[in-house]
Amino acid sequence: MIYLNAFLFAGTVCLIGQMILDNTKLTPGHITSMFVVVGAFLDIFDIYDQFVLWAGGGALVPITSFGHLLIHGAMDTVNNFGVMGLFTGMFDLTSSGIVSAIIFSFLLSLVFHPKD
Amino acid sequence: MDKKKYKMLVSKYTPKENRLTNGLIAFLVGGLMGVLGQTLVSFYAYYFSIPTKDASVFMIITLVFLGCFLTCLGFFDKMVSFARCGLIIPITGFAHSMMSAALEYRKEGLVTGLGANMFKLAGTVIIFGVVSAYLFGLLRYFVMGG
Repeated sequence: MIYLNAFLFAGTVCLIGQMILDNTKLTPGHITSMFVVVGAFLDIFDIYDQFVLWAGGGALVPITSFGHLLIHGAMDTVNNFGVMGLFTGMFDLTSSGIVSAIIFSFLLSLVFHPKD
Repeated sequence: MDKKKYKMLVSKYTPKENRLTNGLIAFLVGGLMGVLGQTLVSFYAYYFSIPTKDASVFMIITLVFLGCFLTCLGFFDKMVSFARCGLIIPITGFAHSMMSAALEYRKEGLVTGLGANMFKLAGTVIIFGVVSAYLFGLLRYFVMGG
């Protein structure tokens, strides 16, 4: 059942993005930035956690989960260390995505050459 | 040629994009990415007997690697131009933007090319994410107490 939920959730997020892309003049860069902000916003009231419970990996794949994980990691440290935790814990949960993207693209760009 | 005629001509020869098909493709491809993500999470959680939270980290790394590797092989650009938001919105789009920037600027040198330009496209996601998460986090801290 969680697979169906994952399909529906990730599909709907992508559909919304595609509708914005087709009907406005915004570029994909605008849309991904917007979705990250929306993901962070939904986490103010823990709404995105409900999505993750409901759709599992389907809610973690779209870029909205990036914003959710940023604020989630920050709030975890805030609960332990006070407001300075916003600075220290921001990347706690997202570092896997950022670091892996940096490492893989750096190493692979040394091996591969651009194809036209 | 007056402006009206010109506009008519332009609209006649602009390739018509079928928004319904685009949306449907994005929905299907994005949904399949979600299913793939959930499958990987269950797979890692089952085989390595780790909690779901750690398995989701493995899943994100796998998807980022797939995005980077397929971009290197040259498939991913075609897939992105076919599925559009179906592949841009998932984390693979983030990997793709970094990888294609790295590939493109590699020939300009390691520091001035690769190092300086890798975050050219992906940087907006991180910057807006961090700024918004900081502001919303402050709001949450002072209004709701963490």
